[in-house]
Amino acid sequence: MSEKLISKIPEGPLSSKWTEHKAHIRVVSPGNKRKLDIIVIGTGLGGASAAASLGELGYNVKVFCISDSPRRAHSIAAQGGINAAKNYPNDNDSVYRLFYDTIKGGDYRSREANVYRLAEVSNLIIDQCVAQGVPFAREYGGLLDNRSFGGAQVSRTFYARGQTGQQLLLGAYAALNRQIHLGSVKSYTRHEMLDLVLIDGEAKGIIARNLVTGEIERHGAHAVVIATGGYGNVFFLSTNAMNSNGSAAWQCYKKGAFFGNPCFAQIHPTCIPVHGEQQSKLTLMSESLRNDGRIWVPKKKEDVEKIRAKKIMASQIPEVDRDYYLERRYPAFGNLVPRDVASRAAKERCDAGFGVNETGLAVFLDFKTSIERLGKHVIAERYGNLFQMYEKITDVDPYKEPMMIYPAIHYTMGGIWVDYNLQTTIPGLFAIGEANFSDHGGNRLGASALMQGLADGYFILPYTIGDFLAGKIQAPKTDINHPAFAEAEKAVNEKITKLFAVKGKEPVDYFHKKLGHIMWDYVGMARNEKGLEKAINEIRELRSEFWKNVYVPGENSEFNQEVEKALRVADFIEMGELMAMDALLRRESCGGHFREEMQTEDGETLRDDENYMYVSTWEYTGEGKEPVKHKEPLKYENIKIATRNYKD
Amino acid sequence: MDLTLKVWRQKSAKEKGCFETYKVSNISPDSSFLEMMDILNEQLIREGNDPVAVNKGCKSTDPVAFDHDCREGICGMCSLYINGRPHGPDNEVTTCQLHMRKFKDGDTITIEPWRSAGMPVIRDLVVNRGALDLILQAGGYVSVNTGGVPDANSIPIPRDSAEESMDAAACVGCGACIATCKNGSAMLFVSARVSSLALLPQGKIEGARRAKAMVAKMDELGFGACTNTRACEMECPKSISVAHIARLNREFLLAKLKD
Repeated sequence: MSEKLISKIPEGPLSSKWTEHKAHIRVVSPGNKRKLDIIVIGTGLGGASAAASLGELGYNVKVFCISDSPRRAHSIAAQGGINAAKNYPNDNDSVYRLFYDTIKGGDYRSREANVYRLAEVSNLIIDQCVAQGVPFAREYGGLLDNRSFGGAQVSRTFYARGQTGQQLLLGAYAALNRQIHLGSVKSYTRHEMLDLVLIDGEAKGIIARNLVTGEIERHGAHAVVIATGGYGNVFFLSTNAMNSNGSAAWQCYKKGAFFGNPCFAQIHPTCIPVHGEQQSKLTLMSESLRNDGRIWVPKKKEDVEKIRAKKIMASQIPEVDRDYYLERRYPAFGNLVPRDVASRAAKERCDAGFGVNETGLAVFLDFKTSIERLGKHVIAERYGNLFQMYEKITDVDPYKEPMMIYPAIHYTMGGIWVDYNLQTTIPGLFAIGEANFSDHGGNRLGASALMQGLADGYFILPYTIGDFLAGKIQAPKTDINHPAFAEAEKAVNEKITKLFAVKGKEPVDYFHKKLGHIMWDYVGMARNEKGLEKAINEIRELRSEFWKNVYVPGENSEFNQEVEKALRVADFIEMGELMAMDALLRRESCGGHFREEMQTEDGETLRDDENYMYVSTWEYTGEGKEPVKHKEPLKYENIKIATRNYKD
Repeated sequence: MDLTLKVWRQKSAKEKGCFETYKVSNISPDSSFLEMMDILNEQLIREGNDPVAVNKGCKSTDPVAFDHDCREGICGMCSLYINGRPHGPDNEVTTCQLHMRKFKDGDTITIEPWRSAGMPVIRDLVVNRGALDLILQAGGYVSVNTGGVPDANSIPIPRDSAEESMDAAACVGCGACIATCKNGSAMLFVSARVSSLALLPQGKIEGARRAKAMVAKMDELGFGACTNTRACEMECPKSISVAHIARLNREFLLAKLKD
């Protein structure tokens, strides 16, 4: 284990760790907060809530986003809901149960202390959002409504129709706007962080590109917070927004921040299937649909053939000839098994030849039973916007015919390694939300991403960053004329110049799509040793081809979307390689990481707790050199380790 | 499908723009409109890089700049006038959710940026919507800090009010309402936020201050007045109703009466 990997998990009983920790960390007085500068990169739930809260506390905050407004961040697209342990439905939920479900859902690869804290602050988030005016769904009595999500046997998910992420982000964005108005936060839109600047080993600022003018800018601070989300777009086709990227996190890695569990990527079971080669992205159909939708494929191959040939419609297949395979295999959880389990089950049926569209890569998500039981109006009230979205994309009315769905890349559990204080291995550099690795282990439960982003931003980082900054109250403003800034800026300029200078034949997207194919084929839903080795080789070839044959039109000193993409894809190629390396060395199956060599007789994941109960963290050692893997062992003191069982 | 595209090209805010004509072919009717734009751009990049290009009649072979992000109709980043209509011919969708099956083989499609004084062009089809952020910064929030708030269920809210608030809160901030308004008014956008908060007890407390501050900022930034043509409601991809403008007007008048 590297000496840098100190998790700083507080001593004492699980339920009092956070309380005790908060009581003993240092705080900064109001007068000193005014003298301290913080840079926040990203304005999704994590970034917006952190920037707003830090601004409220009195720090000087600069917040950066790549879009034209902080509100565009991809948190906005989260549909289904946010978990909290309120126990409003009286179904025996508790902080412990939410903690337990999250650890189990993550297949015992996340930290107990972090997850317990997450469950603990979950209730505060709901209170905060309601106070901000987030219009959550309500019962007729005026109190908040809940629904169920995968991996839980209680209803703990708060929601605002199918637009929960949008409403939560608008809440955090409003809080951020208030601070911008008050002058404590300065907002830089259409700006992209291209490098992290270290002075004496500490994070002291960033190099950013103004995406309108192409100008390269220097920004200094006493601490930098990375809240730039995940790297799912390594796969090209994913449910992530087109501009979501891993570059800011990757630059931190290359400056010395360790990267945790890069191979843990989540594949979401209910996405609209791929329709053709020209497709640019995949659209998610919320997991909440599994509350009332039932997943099936035909039992008989001849029915499959007829559906593919469009000779019959799915609705014409009688009940007895339908295989509700999740209900069959997992009676206790049925259609609400966790995402990784549902995704693999869909793949299993499609691999066996039961896929229901022309490509053979689709299963049905059917609302017939619920429409009969509850009436069309109830279903429309619950999922109206999702049904409309489905119909606009596919031209099929899901009230009449079942939806067709297939798994797609959705989220990355891996990310920058952080300690209990959310600080990375670089002092002064913090990572929050999806950008860090911390809370979801090998698989994230539905409605927990929003919870984590807001927990980190509203209630954890504002406390823990104070402990670091308390040591900086006499530190002067960071001087952006320091040689470290000049050096970082020079490196950025050289990289951009190099990209334009290649003048090859292929556009950036050509390489991105190629990378996506390699990743999906070998580092996707099922992985094996040979495939992963092949992937690493192919990615290395692709990388050298990229730098020989990419064509970036135009110039740097203008609004140029191609150079933006080129910089991101160059990083995606490197990230893909690290993901494959990490997957190759984790010779066990856990959560979303399924190694074909390691499975039970009935095709379930087979963990190897003896050898792999750790966080794999990667240290960058320089261009052209192999990164070094370190292990942070995971200890379970409060939970009995078991094989995940969603059957009974 | 084979299509002819008339696309507005403008190198920067300062330079003059003009229409250029391009052809694209073999477009799948299942493709989204923006996927068709991706295909055009890939073609332009290859042609810009190829001395014997097909579309040599075109002056501009740089790829067309356009805003987009989530491509599932929720982030509000995409824009465009398509054949003169914000977000194109389909109803209740943003441009990214528009599919090519809404067009016919051989069609000519005109593609322009939002055109409104409050949203100047940055490049080609990309406009600056920073003014919308400024309006919200003026008062589009409930003034509470993080922490120290009451339990969520201590504020019961009638279901109908919460639902109506949600109807208004569905606004994605794309700017279509402004782009389509002959006066360049931002009233639907502003009213959606004011109304969403005014319908909830948490937001009611500073309702008057909010309405005044946001309307004042909107006027200051040069957006036009509302003359009730309801074009905004017609073109809103989220079907935000002009009833919210009525609520904004009421909030604003009440606030002014108290002054």
